[in-house]
Amino acid sequence: MSARGRFFVRGLMANQARWRKGLFGTWLNSVVTIATVVLLAAIVPPFVRWAVLDATWVGTAADCKAGTGACWAFIGAKLNFILYAFYPPPLHWRPVLVTLMLGGLLLLTAHPRAWRAATLLLWVLVPIASWLLLAGTVVGPTVPSNQWGGIPITLLVAMVCFSLAIPIAILLALARQSSMGGLRTLAIVFIEVMRGTPMVAILYVAMLILPMMIPGGQLIDKLGRAMILITLFWSAYVAEVVRAGLQAIPAGQYEAARALGLGYWRIMRFVVLPQALRLVIPALVNLAIGFLLATSLLATIGVFDLLNAAKTAAIDPNWLGFYDEAYLVAASIYFAICVIGSRYSLWLEQRLRQPR
Amino acid sequence: MTIKSRRHSATSTTLLRVTTGALLALALVAAPAATQAGEDLDAIVARGVIKVGVGSQPGFFAPDENGVWKGFFIDFGRALAVTVFNDPEKVEFTSSSPQQRLPALQAGEFDILLSGVTQTISRSFQLGFHFGPTIFYDGQGLLVRKDIGVTSGADLDGATIGVQSGTTGELNIADFFRKNGKTFTPVTIEDTNEFLAALESGRVDAITQDASDLGIKQTQLANPEDYILLPERLSKEPLAPAIRHGDDRWLEIVNWTVWATIEAEELGITQANVDDFLTSEDPLVQRFLGTDTALGEAIGLDPKFAYNIIKAVGNYGEIFERNVGKDSIFKWDRGFNSLWTDGGLLYAPAWR
Amino acid sequence: MQRGLAWWGPSPAAQLGLILATIGLVWWFGRNTLDTMADAGINPGFAFLSRSANFEIGEAIIPYSSADTYGRAILVGLLNTVRVAVLGCILATLLGVALAVARLSGNLLLGGLVRWYVEIIRNTPLLLQLFFWTALTHAFPPPRQALSLFSSVYLSNRGIFVPGLIVESVPAGASFALVVVALVAAVGLAVLRRTGKVTAAGVIATALTLLVASGAGLLLVGATVRLELPTLSGFNIRGGYSLSPEFAALLIGLTVKFSAAISEIVRAGVESVDRGQWEAARALGLRNGQILRLIILPQALRVITPLITSSFLDLTKDSSLAVAIGYPDLVNIINTTANTTGQALEALAILIGVYLALNLSVSAVMNQYNRRVALRGAGRR
Repeated sequence: MSARGRFFVRGLMANQARWRKGLFGTWLNSVVTIATVVLLAAIVPPFVRWAVLDATWVGTAADCKAGTGACWAFIGAKLNFILYAFYPPPLHWRPVLVTLMLGGLLLLTAHPRAWRAATLLLWVLVPIASWLLLAGTVVGPTVPSNQWGGIPITLLVAMVCFSLAIPIAILLALARQSSMGGLRTLAIVFIEVMRGTPMVAILYVAMLILPMMIPGGQLIDKLGRAMILITLFWSAYVAEVVRAGLQAIPAGQYEAARALGLGYWRIMRFVVLPQALRLVIPALVNLAIGFLLATSLLATIGVFDLLNAAKTAAIDPNWLGFYDEAYLVAASIYFAICVIGSRYSLWLEQRLRQPR
Repeated sequence: MTIKSRRHSATSTTLLRVTTGALLALALVAAPAATQAGEDLDAIVARGVIKVGVGSQPGFFAPDENGVWKGFFIDFGRALAVTVFNDPEKVEFTSSSPQQRLPALQAGEFDILLSGVTQTISRSFQLGFHFGPTIFYDGQGLLVRKDIGVTSGADLDGATIGVQSGTTGELNIADFFRKNGKTFTPVTIEDTNEFLAALESGRVDAITQDASDLGIKQTQLANPEDYILLPERLSKEPLAPAIRHGDDRWLEIVNWTVWATIEAEELGITQANVDDFLTSEDPLVQRFLGTDTALGEAIGLDPKFAYNIIKAVGNYGEIFERNVGKDSIFKWDRGFNSLWTDGGLLYAPAWR
Repeated sequence: MQRGLAWWGPSPAAQLGLILATIGLVWWFGRNTLDTMADAGINPGFAFLSRSANFEIGEAIIPYSSADTYGRAILVGLLNTVRVAVLGCILATLLGVALAVARLSGNLLLGGLVRWYVEIIRNTPLLLQLFFWTALTHAFPPPRQALSLFSSVYLSNRGIFVPGLIVESVPAGASFALVVVALVAAVGLAVLRRTGKVTAAGVIATALTLLVASGAGLLLVGATVRLELPTLSGFNIRGGYSLSPEFAALLIGLTVKFSAAISEIVRAGVESVDRGQWEAARALGLRNGQILRLIILPQALRVITPLITSSFLDLTKDSSLAVAIGYPDLVNIINTTANTTGQALEALAILIGVYLALNLSVSAVMNQYNRRVALRGAGRR
């Protein structure tokens, strides 16, 4: 047996011992294990029967109603609707392209090697290009934003609002840390009011009050108004994370920088912010995941994001009532994105902790 | 605070000054956002399309398989686009839930609501809406499951009733039970299709809504014969186009567009025969169709706007029959929605 | 004066300008809004609160009918929000602690199961989970075919019905006296406990005695108590206590979602205490329960409390999603109010004000508790 093989067997045996101890180490542990197995036996087989064995894979709503399992035929028929909502079907290549562009941008940005000015420029250009493409401003026909929906909207809102919230949040965090009492008070009031208000209320303000507050406010469509207020709302949360990063920078660094004759903005720009932001990047990724899930609240003001599109698919009179299937598909998409995101955040945390 | 001051005593004020300046400038341009007369119509013309808020209900307003909006109220939206732009396509329909449609109109999201809004005094004064002519006379009904053995609304004491939030139905049903000294448990549902699902699953014993709506909904149920639309009507529901206060000319365009379809029916002018009437010697017909251009020039509209409307969508009777009447799957009678000459309530003012 | 200047820090004039500019901006927004409202013929103000609401509300803790005012309708909504938030916080904490214990139990299978549960719950939107729970509660049979347990617990798509204790014909004076006694007892016991005059067991014993005594007192003055079983009558199941499907869905959804977060917080808190402390305490002859109660928890709580506070605040805010599933919470009622009165600005101002107040009071209470935990920890160190 090769050395490598021997190592493998030893590892397996060690694992076996770990499992034996972990499952049947004490009598209490054994009882818990058996109870868990019973619980799993009660949940898993019926689910598998529903989702796979008894499921209807092709056919019509009537075929599905006749069966007892899941209706995947419904997903087959309505998948395009769940992904792109009311976007005109002949133009579906646009939301597909937008989804690919936004997803590609996320993947590109994920690697620390891409953290440079050029990527920042992409974060400006890609969302603008996505917006123009969905609207059909450059290549017609135009599609009004009330027909946009599904996964491109979820991604677009999450990415645009989050990226715009970061610079605002940095200013807010600096203001909150500042020695200027008046400025500090303003920042505190803004942050605490935003954090004390539910997002639903913020969305209602965007829908009902914002058009009245600004002359010509109704010229901005509902989605645009919602995005403006979501950006401000999220910036309060991001500001608190950034503040935690600022607090972690030892005071000695400020003093050293000042001794070198640097002014406030230079200290912040070249000494403090690069370190503080680096510290909080994993926390920001986690926050971004929460925000992505929160975009589903857009449904309460009638925007057809991914979740609302899935729900609407299940209340199509032709396919009425296949909620479980619709929610399962939407949940899987959210789950996939978020799990990748949180694993990435862990990986990043480890990587950033290594000395450069 | 010691840490703070130590850190930031060298705070630069550049950014602060810039922000302050910008905010001050904003506050100084604080010209009151007064609405001038004609603002809505000007905005429509500048935009080149009318934004219309509608609901979602086959027969009244629903996109077909190709995504083209069809329905009774939709045709009036197209008629408006003909009056303003002489093009029935220059109109953008947006579906809005009953709960969101009124605030959305207030917020300026639509130029007009054609979603079957009931004209009420409080909506006129409190919400600040003007209403055009009633285009559909309706009354609130109750759709109940047959198996609960109810023949009139008064039997529903203690029942659970589905109401759609944001509609007059929500208020009328409360009045109805209060008047009769009975009680009920409301289940408030926003979404139209879910409203129906609640009745089907037995979550509620009955749903209440405009009777026309319920008639359409009944046909969508899996077993329509298991349900009965109670004969009594709880309220008057005149469904009319709604617009914001502040633009009188836009209101008049809405008024006369609707009246044009009614007047055409009274004159016997249809989509098919409208061209034959162009040679009519009747001065009223000449004024109506714009062969005599004096009236149109005086009022500042295309003299042929009524002709264009009839050519594009037909008269009131045609719109009714095509979408919800005998040429549709719903087969409704005209009822109150007949001309005054046939004992109905439709009556257009004088074309002079 | 000098301290005042110190507070302002550098360039007070510019700051004052900024504050004035912000006020100006807010004022400008306000004026535009009022102008727009005036154009629409809407009279700004809160007079509508005393007008009759004219709509019914599905469930209310206090008596309410459509003849009552908007003000009362909003109060009903607020109480519904508070009810679901308080119950949600309690249940989420219980479930969250149970999950953390399961995760820390060392059983690999159970631990793995809980890990999956937490992952799935945390990585899908709350609103989606609420939709799912709502669909599930609506999938129960209608009342006439309700699932029943021993003819006393019913599950139907109209809600969950359980037997209830109904206390009747309580004289008005007696119920007032009861409230006074309860308040005095609560404050008195809290003070005594705080100053260390009574033990925790003493507090519980006193409370139980008072409870029994007041029960007996009520019976003496003529109150009757009976157990009411839910029964099918007319269209619905009546009697006993009931949970509407929407309330049940919201409560389950909030509990499940936040139990996942809380279990992670508790786990992190317990794991933050050095493992060596367990061994050291064991060497001193303490039992596991004692170690947990006397050594681990006081330290872990210092980590846990602030995090759980923010979870509670999030739960309270997220209860506003009720509006999407038809539970008549504050947002739902505010929405209807804005819709029928046209006073969207005032209604939303009430909404935001109430949530700010709720949030500030929850954090005030939890900060108080946090201070106590922190102090106690420091004292023992």
